[in-house]
Amino acid sequence: MSTFYFIAFLSVFFSILVITAKNPVHSILYLIITFFTFTIHYILMNAEFLAVVNFIVYMGAILVLFLYTLMLMNLNKESEPHKSILIKIVGFIAGGCFLATIVAALKALHVSQPVILQNPGLGLVKNLGGILFNEYLLPFELSSILLLSAMVGAVLLATKDKESKTA
Amino acid sequence: MEVADIIIKFVLVVVIFAISLVIAMYSTYAERKIAAFFQDRIGPNRAGPWGIFQPLADGGKMFLKEEIIPTNSNTFLFIAGPSLAILTACIGSAVIPWGQQLVIGKYTIPLQVTDINVGVLYIFGVVSLGVYGIMIGGWASNNKYSLLGAIRAASQNISYEIAMGLSIIALLMVTGTLSLKEIAAKQHGFWYHGWFTWNFFRQPLGFLLFIVCAFAETNRAPFDLPECETELIGGYHTEYSSMKLGFYLFSEYINMFVSGAVMATLYFGGYNFPFMHYFSGNVLALLGVVALFAKIFFFIFFFMWVRWTLPRFRYDQLMDLGWKILIPLAIANIIITGVWITYL
Repeated sequence: MSTFYFIAFLSVFFSILVITAKNPVHSILYLIITFFTFTIHYILMNAEFLAVVNFIVYMGAILVLFLYTLMLMNLNKESEPHKSILIKIVGFIAGGCFLATIVAALKALHVSQPVILQNPGLGLVKNLGGILFNEYLLPFELSSILLLSAMVGAVLLATKDKESKTA
Repeated sequence: MEVADIIIKFVLVVVIFAISLVIAMYSTYAERKIAAFFQDRIGPNRAGPWGIFQPLADGGKMFLKEEIIPTNSNTFLFIAGPSLAILTACIGSAVIPWGQQLVIGKYTIPLQVTDINVGVLYIFGVVSLGVYGIMIGGWASNNKYSLLGAIRAASQNISYEIAMGLSIIALLMVTGTLSLKEIAAKQHGFWYHGWFTWNFFRQPLGFLLFIVCAFAETNRAPFDLPECETELIGGYHTEYSSMKLGFYLFSEYINMFVSGAVMATLYFGGYNFPFMHYFSGNVLALLGVVALFAKIFFFIFFFMWVRWTLPRFRYDQLMDLGWKILIPLAIANIIITGVWITYL
């Protein structure tokens, strides 16, 4: 129980650092640590496959690409775009609405038991594979097609400019 | 868990850690001797007989050199880079089964630090984490050459991770487990029912893809573009000096050792060797450890052999090889394996 609350504290702490860090590269590094705490959460919930996949895909691939892009962009204070007062007001109102929603949601909150597992064997590779390929086969296949089409679309968008130049 | 178990695990971890460091140390010596042999030179021969104390002299030199941290760099990340590189290099060996169990008195000692169900994926995760050490160090140096080296390392690792993952999927289809202990146990002996038991003989194409990707992931020649000295001075470790540079160089050799162990376990039978049914008990376990290390040393030699034989790739050739050749081949390998499993 205390492990869960400690890790949960770390997750919240580092995600706050992500948005308060001045340097975008530091912000990404904090995000990496945040994702690492998520991995620990998965392990605490006995979901070893999700833990490792979260580790490989989010920490090992997606955030490397984030870091890669940010390092190339060389962002600093001088190149930061100046935000107009209108955008700040809109942001304030949107943030306020979100806060109101959160507070309203808190009313319906009841304390759950985060560390008592209802189905402890579910996260193991064998059980997870059985469920994915029996019960949820169609949604699983459809989501893979969705990802593939997103990838093809991204490649198409990236190569569009070059083709128009050569044509 | 009893106290005895904890002590056993602790001793095992310390022994494996010490062995990886010593092997990495003597890999630097072996690399120089092998390079000398390939180029018809003598190599290091001054420190001790045949120069065998050369790694100690190198280590002493590394420790005693002046430590320079560039003024405009980010000091914390500059130090974190090499630390992360050596950390990720060392934790990979935790799931490798070094041998069958030893029985001493009433204690049974499994020669594996931990047998997690997702051992293969753990190795994969550690490999994908390895690039952060290079990226953080390269960026924190505040030097264009270092940054270019770091960026090359990142894109190279991401590209080759995909092909590596796909080649492992075909292997997992054959073995049906993600645990390295079971994968090693399934390759028992050498010959069974008219075919070899080692996975290499079931997945030859998969092994070829895996070893090419292992070269790219460890940043070894011919894929050592992140530290390509003809274009980038020293690549990501241009600004580093003293033991922090030593950590970067050392982590490369530890990575070589660990990837050799992974390849031996996944494809070349791990601790299994031909005619192992003539032995039993502790003798078998110890001979298994010897067999595994013989395979690892062969792979380390192979890494060096390739380095001193092939010239370095150009960067676009590297990307073409990764995306246009290795990934389609890996997908074809998965399909062939699927058909083979279904109909045979």
